[in-house]
Amino acid sequence: MGIMSDTAIRVNGLGKLYQIGAAREKGDGLRHALEGTVRKWGNRLRGRATPPEPTQEDFWALKDVSFEIKRGECVGVIGRNGAGKSTLLKLLSRITEPTEGEIGLKGRVGSLLEVGTGFHPELTGRENIFLNGSVLGMGRREIQAKFDEIVAFSEVEKFLDTPVKRYSSGMYVRLAFSVAAHLEPDILIVDEVLAVGDMAFQARCYAFFAKLVQSGVSILLVTHNLLALKDYCRRGILLVDGRKVDDGPVHFVLQAYKKIMEARIPVSRDIGDGRIYIEGIELNGLPAVNGVPLDAGKQAVFVIYIVVELQTLEVYCNLTLATPDGQQLIHLRNDVTGPLYDLSVGRHIVSVTLANVPLAAGVYSAQARIVSQNIATPVLYDSEPFLIEVSNNNLPSSLVCPYHFFQHTTVGKCA
Amino acid sequence: MRVISRRSRINLTVSGKMPSTPNIPLTAHDSYAAEEIVLRPGGNSRGYWTELWRYRELFAFLAWRDLKVRYKQTTVGVAWAVIRPLLVTVIFVTVFGRLANLPSPEGIPYPLLVLAGMTAWQFFATVMADGSNSVLSNANLISKVYFPRVIVPASVVVVAFADLLITGLMTLALMAWYGVLPPIQVLLLPGMILLALASALGVGFWLSALTVRFRDVKILVPFLVQFGLYVTPVGFSTTAVPERYHPFFALNPMVGVIEGFRWCLLGTGVVDGWVLPISVVSAVALLITGFRYFRATERQFADII
Repeated sequence: MGIMSDTAIRVNGLGKLYQIGAAREKGDGLRHALEGTVRKWGNRLRGRATPPEPTQEDFWALKDVSFEIKRGECVGVIGRNGAGKSTLLKLLSRITEPTEGEIGLKGRVGSLLEVGTGFHPELTGRENIFLNGSVLGMGRREIQAKFDEIVAFSEVEKFLDTPVKRYSSGMYVRLAFSVAAHLEPDILIVDEVLAVGDMAFQARCYAFFAKLVQSGVSILLVTHNLLALKDYCRRGILLVDGRKVDDGPVHFVLQAYKKIMEARIPVSRDIGDGRIYIEGIELNGLPAVNGVPLDAGKQAVFVIYIVVELQTLEVYCNLTLATPDGQQLIHLRNDVTGPLYDLSVGRHIVSVTLANVPLAAGVYSAQARIVSQNIATPVLYDSEPFLIEVSNNNLPSSLVCPYHFFQHTTVGKCA
Repeated sequence: MRVISRRSRINLTVSGKMPSTPNIPLTAHDSYAAEEIVLRPGGNSRGYWTELWRYRELFAFLAWRDLKVRYKQTTVGVAWAVIRPLLVTVIFVTVFGRLANLPSPEGIPYPLLVLAGMTAWQFFATVMADGSNSVLSNANLISKVYFPRVIVPASVVVVAFADLLITGLMTLALMAWYGVLPPIQVLLLPGMILLALASALGVGFWLSALTVRFRDVKILVPFLVQFGLYVTPVGFSTTAVPERYHPFFALNPMVGVIEGFRWCLLGTGVVDGWVLPISVVSAVALLITGFRYFRATERQFADII
């Protein structure tokens, strides 16, 4: 045991190049391929070299990424959409090949990029357990040996011989996950699988990962659930535009991630022609800087101060609340509930009132925008996004919690 | 160093009602001394065949899935495997045997001649049609899990082969009904089946890989199947083709397969001269080039599918 290295995953100078853009769309047709071949042979016959095709838009989805993961380590990979997280997972799961660099994997690799990969709707639950298990890399005997356990865990015993197309989505996910949960890998590569299912199910998934880590499995996890990441991973890797920019204790990496999320401001400077700009935003009377507090369940008033340099007719103003990674939760536009604004030269104030803040405790990003209905470049101004800290409250801990009430009536005794 | 026992069971108890099961020793990955898999650009062809062997169960499961699903929710079910070739045989017997009055050699009943050809052709045509689409229709698997991709078109061949067995039995039944006894060379039939498998695999590899890159192929395939029927002696015997053209005719490996089937079952195929050798070479070439092309393009499947 002593001489063996306890490195489970070794990634060295990893890079993945994709060719994108219109050139590729055209380049993929049969006609293009035939043309290319004919031209090449024509040139060869005439003793000429074929000039290399102009490189289309090259896009490095991942570049120069190196890291090592030890046995029993749970590492969270974070980054904005398009930062290269999925590409990394695909490379590690051998779904696609690296363009450069290399990956070393030691032990049995289980990859869960999706819950229920290979499930066939026409087949029964029983049949799908075998099919899915085998797709995930389990042998037939192994599946047989664990079959009862899988079924018990999934709680779908009664429907084992029903085609899964008749399953509710909850049953489907439970069955699929219990198959995956019984894979006993040395290395587990997990994508956003946990985004599916209800809270109880997600909690169960995380409990499962915690147990796996305890037993010495190395886990590489991609998730947008930053809270979960904090709880289950000691180490984080931050990807930005395909490069590794941070790697270390998850707390610090999350800090770095937040900084990057905050730093996407300058977009506002490139947008619009300067005729209109947002001078400032206030939230409940406080200037809207990062970390502005907000009580969930209470009223929120956003006040947007606008300066107009050139009279502009028919514009609307919108306000967006999103999760820190950019998933829109709330998007409000004044022209949905009222008329468009005609803005004369001078100062204007637009206020948006949310009767209650239907969000769970956490950090959200907000942004206001002014958009024209009839100018060629419709977006006139984007405010700098700012982070709102929604504080703890008595609301249930769902991500979104609208203003609601229950009513209870007793309608008499049973006969 | 922390010593971690891989045998320590991962307990997945939900509210404590999990049945306790004994530890299952998993020799396959129990030891951490496992060799490191290294992934590099250009793939690692080293150990490809051993890996293919390790994935044999997935291969079996995928083939089994396709077999199971094939006739699901059809009223007639597996009977389709009998009805389809039977209908085509009736039509061919009428068109070629009765109307065109093509010769049937040595007094072999025309329906038998056609059915023997049909058995092989239906198999090949199914592989062409389903095989070309196979990688695309398994896109969800290919973009989410790794496994040797050749399994996908190969499992189509297995499914089509099941149909071939059914049609084969039907042919035998019809032979019994006509009182035709198979000659001694029936012992060579497995060889002919191998030839059919090689041709089908080859064409399956080619078409499935091509379809991923060029969707045009999907449109081309029905035409190819139709065209193939004219250049393959399904409804007629190769004797209807002038003898000097036989070498060219035999470039189509199915010519060798079908005439081989007839020779083994009915003792009357055209297997003399160049026909069989050319078809064998052609089938092997198809298989090798198809496999190579598939292997060369498969690494891009997940990116362009």
